[in-house]
Amino acid sequence: MAGAQTNRLGNGGLIDRSEPLNFRFDGKTFSGFQGDTLASALIANGVKLVGRSFKYHRPRGILTAGSEEPNALVELRTGARREPNTKATTAELYEGLEAASQNRWPSLRFDVMSVNQLFAPIFVAGFYYKTFMWPAKFWEAIYEPAIRRAAGLGRAAGVADPDHYDKAWAHCDVLIAGSGPAGLAAALAAGRSGARVILCEEDFAFGGRLLSDGGTIDGLPAAEWLSRTLAELAAMPDVRIMTRTTLFGVYDGGTYGALERVNDHLPSPPEHQVRQRMWRIVAKRCVVAAGALERPIVFAGNDTPGVTMASAMRTYVGRYAAAPAKRIALFTNNEDGWRTVETALGAGLQIAAVIDARPDVSPAHRSLASKGGFPVLHGSVTGVDGGKDGVKKIAVSLTGGARAEVEADGLAVSGGWNPAVGLTSYHRGRPKWRDDIAAFVPDGAPPGMVAAGAANGDFGLGICLAQGFAAGAAAAHHAGHNGKAGTAPVADDEAFSLTPLWHVTGKGKAFVDYQHDVTASDIELAQREGFESVEHLKRYTTLGMATDQGKTSNVAGLAIMAAVTGKSIPETGTTIYRPPYVPVAIGAFAGHHRDETFHATRLTPSHHWAAEQGAVFVDTGLWKRAQWYPRAGEKDWLESVTREVKAVRSGVGFCDVSTLGKIDVLGPDAGAFLDRVYINTFSNLAVGKARYGLMLREDGIVYDDGTTSRLAEDHYFLTTTTAKAGLVMQHLEFCRQVLFPELDVQLTSVSDQWAQFSIAGPKTRDLLKEIVDPTEDLSNEGFPFMGAREVALRGGIKARLFRISFSGEMAFEISVPARYGEAMARNLMLAGKPFGVTPYGTEALGVMRIEKGHIAGPELSGTTTAADLGLGKMMSTKKDFIGRVMAGREALAAPDRQVVVGIKPTDRARRLRSGAHIIPKGQTPGPGNDQGYVTSVCFSPTSDQWIGLALVERGRERIGEIVHAHDPIRGEDYDVELCNPVFYDPDGGRQRG
Amino acid sequence: MRIVCPFCGERELGEFTYLGDAKPVRPAADAGEEAVYDYVYLRDNVAGVMSENWYHGGGCRAWLKVTRNTLTHEISAVEPAAGAGAAKVGA
Ligand SMILES: [Zn+2]
Repeated sequence: MAGAQTNRLGNGGLIDRSEPLNFRFDGKTFSGFQGDTLASALIANGVKLVGRSFKYHRPRGILTAGSEEPNALVELRTGARREPNTKATTAELYEGLEAASQNRWPSLRFDVMSVNQLFAPIFVAGFYYKTFMWPAKFWEAIYEPAIRRAAGLGRAAGVADPDHYDKAWAHCDVLIAGSGPAGLAAALAAGRSGARVILCEEDFAFGGRLLSDGGTIDGLPAAEWLSRTLAELAAMPDVRIMTRTTLFGVYDGGTYGALERVNDHLPSPPEHQVRQRMWRIVAKRCVVAAGALERPIVFAGNDTPGVTMASAMRTYVGRYAAAPAKRIALFTNNEDGWRTVETALGAGLQIAAVIDARPDVSPAHRSLASKGGFPVLHGSVTGVDGGKDGVKKIAVSLTGGARAEVEADGLAVSGGWNPAVGLTSYHRGRPKWRDDIAAFVPDGAPPGMVAAGAANGDFGLGICLAQGFAAGAAAAHHAGHNGKAGTAPVADDEAFSLTPLWHVTGKGKAFVDYQHDVTASDIELAQREGFESVEHLKRYTTLGMATDQGKTSNVAGLAIMAAVTGKSIPETGTTIYRPPYVPVAIGAFAGHHRDETFHATRLTPSHHWAAEQGAVFVDTGLWKRAQWYPRAGEKDWLESVTREVKAVRSGVGFCDVSTLGKIDVLGPDAGAFLDRVYINTFSNLAVGKARYGLMLREDGIVYDDGTTSRLAEDHYFLTTTTAKAGLVMQHLEFCRQVLFPELDVQLTSVSDQWAQFSIAGPKTRDLLKEIVDPTEDLSNEGFPFMGAREVALRGGIKARLFRISFSGEMAFEISVPARYGEAMARNLMLAGKPFGVTPYGTEALGVMRIEKGHIAGPELSGTTTAADLGLGKMMSTKKDFIGRVMAGREALAAPDRQVVVGIKPTDRARRLRSGAHIIPKGQTPGPGNDQGYVTSVCFSPTSDQWIGLALVERGRERIGEIVHAHDPIRGEDYDVELCNPVFYDPDGGRQRG
Repeated sequence: MRIVCPFCGERELGEFTYLGDAKPVRPAADAGEEAVYDYVYLRDNVAGVMSENWYHGGGCRAWLKVTRNTLTHEISAVEPAAGAGAAKVGA
């Protein structure tokens, strides 16, 4: 049976009483209405205690009615959707909502950790630094787990988020943050001027404070003006108004971040819909009409449930028809707080007293008091008698020293208003102090941005409308739109007078930062201990560092620090403002970039065919490559790979190598260009020939390698490694456009245009003859080793054929337009059937390259020189090239460098593993005698044992030496022999044959 | 951040890759090790306006010389590199 909504007012409010909603809080069932937040529904049900505080586990209630809420944080939803630290004040009520309070054990009403209050001295400012200094290992073992248990901020779901998140771009002329009077007026002016407008409202309803405070605009009640204005805006095709959307950040070049909570107000998103959407909005101009936040006054017991911000009290009573208390006291230092009295009286609630810290109260309010039959006490609240069941009695110190007590079940507090200066300050802007409102206001803003209305420190309804309208019209004008904006909406301004009051001294804890449990005395302690600078104060006390980022606490904290240091508040200054304005889920930043869609996936042209063959795929960068092709009966990958290698070495096999980067280098200076980017010479390469090339970085270290062919006088076809395909393209474009603009050469990336297959093995020519047009001469004379030219295939399509070999076998690589890639794979299988053709994957490719002693990624490690790789002689001495000078530096040419060498275990049966360190035999391994490491290993079917490549100090001079392989990660130690890295066919007869 | 590519128009930061200071000039082949060392390693740590090399890899593949204030990220000029675009310099 749902609760009775004992504190729901009989009428009024913007809730839909025809739509009751059931919800559960801490296992208990309640009911509310459509239009409620969780907070307003709890209030309507008389629930005052909603959580325990972070450090002291003090009972806490609902302080505000917005996203600035520091106290009423709950775990919303259950299971995989459970989300900690959700503000009850912004969580919209829906049927079946489940929420649980945080930081309590075993229950909210009885919490054993609240004894922390008794040990408060150890939890003072800086306690992390002071208490847990020594011994260091105690931190991980004892202190941290204990603190985590005691001081939590809710529990994450612990399982994968089942929902989807989206990312989207939007572009507009004028972006407006906030739909209060200033924001709506800005939207009207900008929209009427013809500008493309986006207005973001954080709330689920437009109107801002109009929804709570009402007023008269253009002679109309606020609600009526609001609906007319929204209708006018909705009718403008270029104006987009968005609810549930928080503008959370400002970035360079007029880019803004906004989070749209698309479906947070439902139990779960409808099918195929996202939960939240991250908007990146590019706007020519931005009007910040984000309003202001009412600030608390710091006094003892100010965190007692039932102590509420005065404006929030009005919101609950006026907008939600929910009474936080029946007999309300108001503690204010300004005129605006009194509006709560008017609202409460209007709703039939009782006012116990008004405690006004100002010396005078207006005659109108005086007569209101006498009409309402409540006293006006000049003074301050010094203490609150109450606890988890709410406020009972309020102690007041009267001006002049007398004391008084007020019996009330709720205390509304208004310490004045702080303009929301976050958005305007995110580019390291520092707000300036305005004495008349005792608050920081924007002092300039990021380019293109302006604040209007309460966000600018101007609180009256009339000035909000006027400023917003003017800002909207100016923004449209700056964006090039000069249509008729018409006249601004008109309203009167309310009086505003304020006597600054930040902190009332008294007995008991007086909270500044509710969420992090930072008290006034913590700030005084920080000052005594020398942490006076606001940035130090913040980090030492953790003031303002909780999930609310100190929205209700920062200014009060600064004011207290200013008071104890004897400085003014502006002299004390503010900390730096940084986005996001509200917490943003990492899921929203990631959008769809998670799991299998974390990044794009590139498929080779023969991918689908390979999948049909049952290939096992491996991720290499963005690519999925066939790693091996298991066959029935094979017990592991090694058996499959060994079969593939043997099939190639004895017959013929093929492998999709389309992932290599491919670049057409065209133009009369193409050869000269390649001479400058490769260490060896390409300008003298004959047309129809291919050559292996090596590139250095400008610092002399090897960058990339690959085969480049000359297809015509002015046309080279360059290949890169798979890993560096994009980077080499970028590097070559840099060389062409920035370093050597005088060369007449053009580069075109054709990696995706060509499907390329390596066909290798003694029967390669037999297979190719079935594919290639019979008129093409594939003999050793007609197509010698390192030949490269275009050929016609049977059926007429053109292919590029390269007689190059990575496997050490007689081999060709054939390129066909990518759209024929899959057909080529099928054709090779078909035509190769009589020769026992075997598709092989990257694993067999790797085995054969190690057997052949070819270098690859593990050796091109970003630390090796051409000489280290045994390719020093390729470096031309007759020309300049990238990296030439730096490669000649003493250390890069030193004789004791680690160079590539082959290794084989002295025990033939032993498996090698890469990463093992090479140590001289008989020595104890240590950093002093570490002579290198194993880079690549494989089981060599040809040698019938494990072999490898290693980088070893003076390795080439030590062929035949037995050294020690030390592998501390795997706990292995064994001896290996240093040997020639070319294990297979060292003369190269097979590839030339 | 937004960069106005002379070929593609105003585009978003994610399409571009930053390289660094555009001021150092690659020394002539005979300039000697000292000059090349400076070119490769020595950079001014500019707090203010500097000229930078950016690559529009997500667009036209042009290298751009971007004048940017490192304190405010304000971009005051974007020029194509000398060899950017289809035509040879001076052709
Ligand atoms: Zn471009």
